[in-house]
Amino acid sequence: MALLQIAEPGLSAAPHQHRLAVGIDLGTTNSLVATVRSGATTVLADEFGRSLLPSVVRYQDGGQVTVGYDAQREQNHDPHNTITSVKRFMGRGLSDIKDAGSLPYRFVDAPGMVQLHTVAGVKSPVEVSADILRTLAQRAAATLGGELTGAVITVPAYFDDAQRQATKDAARLAGLTVLRLLNEPTAAAIAYGLDNGAEGTYVVYDLGGGTFDISILKLTRGVFEVLSTSGDSALGGDDFDHRVYCWILEQADLHGLSAQDTRLLLTRAREAKEALTEHSDTRITAILSDGNAVDLTLDQDTFRQITKTLVDKTLLPVRKALRDADISAGDVKGVVMVGGATRMPHIQKAVADFFGQPPLTNLDPDKVVALGAAIQANVLAGNKGEDEWLLLDVIPLSLGIETMGGLTEKIIPRNSTIPVARAQEFTTFKDGQTAMSIHVLQGERELVADCRSLAQFVLRGIPPMVAGAARIRITFQVDADGLLAVSAREMTSGVEASIEVKPSYGLSDDAISQMLSDSLAHVQDDIEARKLREAIVDADSLRDATLAALRIDGDLLTAEETSAIQLVLQQLEQAIASQTTLQVNQATHRLNKATEDFAARRMDRNIQRALKGQKISEL
Amino acid sequence: MTTEFSQDFFQLFGLSRRFALDSQQLEQSWRAAAAAVHPDRYASSPDAEKRMALMQATHVNEAYQTLKSPLRRGRYLLSLQGVDTQEETNTSMPLDFLMAQMEWRESIEEARDSSDVDALEALSSRLRSDKRALEAELGNALDSTADLDAAAVMVRKLRFLEKLDQEIGDAIETLLG
Ligand SMILES: Nc1ncnc2c1ncn2[C@@H]1O[C@H](COP(=O)(O)OP(=O)(O)OP(=O)(O)O)[C@@H](O)[C@H]1O
Ligand SMILES: [Mg+2]
Repeated sequence: MALLQIAEPGLSAAPHQHRLAVGIDLGTTNSLVATVRSGATTVLADEFGRSLLPSVVRYQDGGQVTVGYDAQREQNHDPHNTITSVKRFMGRGLSDIKDAGSLPYRFVDAPGMVQLHTVAGVKSPVEVSADILRTLAQRAAATLGGELTGAVITVPAYFDDAQRQATKDAARLAGLTVLRLLNEPTAAAIAYGLDNGAEGTYVVYDLGGGTFDISILKLTRGVFEVLSTSGDSALGGDDFDHRVYCWILEQADLHGLSAQDTRLLLTRAREAKEALTEHSDTRITAILSDGNAVDLTLDQDTFRQITKTLVDKTLLPVRKALRDADISAGDVKGVVMVGGATRMPHIQKAVADFFGQPPLTNLDPDKVVALGAAIQANVLAGNKGEDEWLLLDVIPLSLGIETMGGLTEKIIPRNSTIPVARAQEFTTFKDGQTAMSIHVLQGERELVADCRSLAQFVLRGIPPMVAGAARIRITFQVDADGLLAVSAREMTSGVEASIEVKPSYGLSDDAISQMLSDSLAHVQDDIEARKLREAIVDADSLRDATLAALRIDGDLLTAEETSAIQLVLQQLEQAIASQTTLQVNQATHRLNKATEDFAARRMDRNIQRALKGQKISEL
Repeated sequence: MTTEFSQDFFQLFGLSRRFALDSQQLEQSWRAAAAAVHPDRYASSPDAEKRMALMQATHVNEAYQTLKSPLRRGRYLLSLQGVDTQEETNTSMPLDFLMAQMEWRESIEEARDSSDVDALEALSSRLRSDKRALEAELGNALDSTADLDAAAVMVRKLRFLEKLDQEIGDAIETLLG
């Protein structure tokens, strides 16, 4: 495939050794970790050769935490303390969880995000996810024999800001450096596209255990451009299990089951669903805790009937995504199937009928997301491969704010390419008004009540003026992780009432480091040493990068500017020599500040160069 | 942190400042520029560069979105020439246009009330072709006759059509569930 030529970006450091970076697919049902080793992308297996890690965490009385198959084995007899499918609770309140009543957990209705009561105390979904991530990080460190530079964590494309933020918090809580949050279907497209040299418009249909995503991508000359994305962050294989479970209750006339029996029948339902992929019927047997036996036979036809509405439900987002991309089903070159639930024959048939072509099922639907994430992690960590490629993703849901009458005003429309920013100006409606309340929302609906509330804050310190005179400029910035930052500023007075908004559901940096050090309290000295080591690594790489930049683009600076930067460089050397974390960090910060303008000029030069290179190649 | 973006969006992509443009060339230039400054290229760079990449990538995307959409491109060209299109304030429209608007609304409502998604989709594609015709007129007013007042009216009309298309989209989505 002809690839786009891309100039070596700015301050990339001098040649360095291979950095250990991984891609993690944090799935509802199964999680995986993968990496690129000597040019080959591989999923890392545990000591028994198993690559999947069931996303199941069990908490025991003495504080012992079990993750994966061992936890899964205990789920039927310890359902309260064995958490499965925790991804469905990330960034969600109790009222968001529609089937909470039939789940064997003791939910705590905490503000922002629901929590779970276990014998080891109350756990937030972020902590449970962090336990899964930690297990995978340990697996990677052990297999690769070294400390990880960073990780790319995948999220469903349709995850909103609250769910993304929760995922990032979980990774940081697990001690991981997050290189990027990557959308699952996009990760799959990278793995598939690079492997097959695909060009044209492709659809990724990703039905996993708990989430459904659809993404439409345009693949041209090494660029993966997401045109639109849609989905349902609460639709997946779990829902098919649930339908079968309800069918069992109805057939066997069961009522008021215990948590153990519920979990047991959900497990049997899932086994039956998976068996029906290969067989035309399957037997469901179970002995309940009161000694009663369940013995039923479920055939494919019945299964298709009881799950038809779920299959149809996936086609709505497909239509939406096509509309947003302004293309029709006939324009699609291929449909890539991702996620274990796409193994179901009636899903494949529905997709084939819709697009008028058989979907592409020649890749492992369990692994492809982790593989794509690993490829991305490898590039982001600075291990450049032969091929250069670029990923242009979008924001899945519109962002807006509350206006008069409980209505939302959209500020950034869904499917905008990220990073993206929009500013909007507002004014006061009373004389002398000094504060203004801002409510940030995400979603497509008109009414505030139908959208997700991301953050609510009061902007204070507006200088008193007559009504309508103040000009408050609110800026929404969505970064390459799809995460939102909101800042506000009063424009007329020169008074800078500018603030950064920490969304209410997210954990503050302080809270995260507190949780981190709590869990590591007994190794406090290690933490100090580690902090210093990390500070010095950062300082070293900044120094190297700055020196490289001066060498390459030094002509962009005047002599005074150069010597000013050199002075700060010397201070950094001294700080490193002092071996005190605080001084190193401060010096790093100063050098970052001192090189900001330089960075801007280099970046401008980069754009100009890129455009020139492109014109030459056109001739 | 402040960075001056001294070039207008056309200059940024090396295009001449006019409505008619080669969308293929725009797309290629955008991809090249986006590739040069995308935050992914700076994931292991110092913070100053990371912040700068975020700002520049945002700017490049904004420029592309503005030039890609005929409505936004028209509005932007007018603003470069000091003409405010007054889309929020000026609602006076030619009578025949208003009549046509009412007919569109009625057809949309009718299709919505009878839950006819196919009819809505047909309306949407008819509307999109009307939009394209109006865009061609706008290009003429901006590039050939340089009639800025007429162009401002067309931008306002296009905005109306865009809102209608949005309404159709919302109706389809509501019907689909
Ligand atoms: N042979 C099969 N037939 C039917 N369903 C299957 C089969 N194998 C796996 N599944 C289902 O696939 C789902 C798990 O898929 P996968 O591992 O891709 O999800 P995940 O990545 O954990 O979830 P998500 O992507 O939604 O977060 C489960 O619901 C499982 O029952
Ligand atoms: Mg998955």
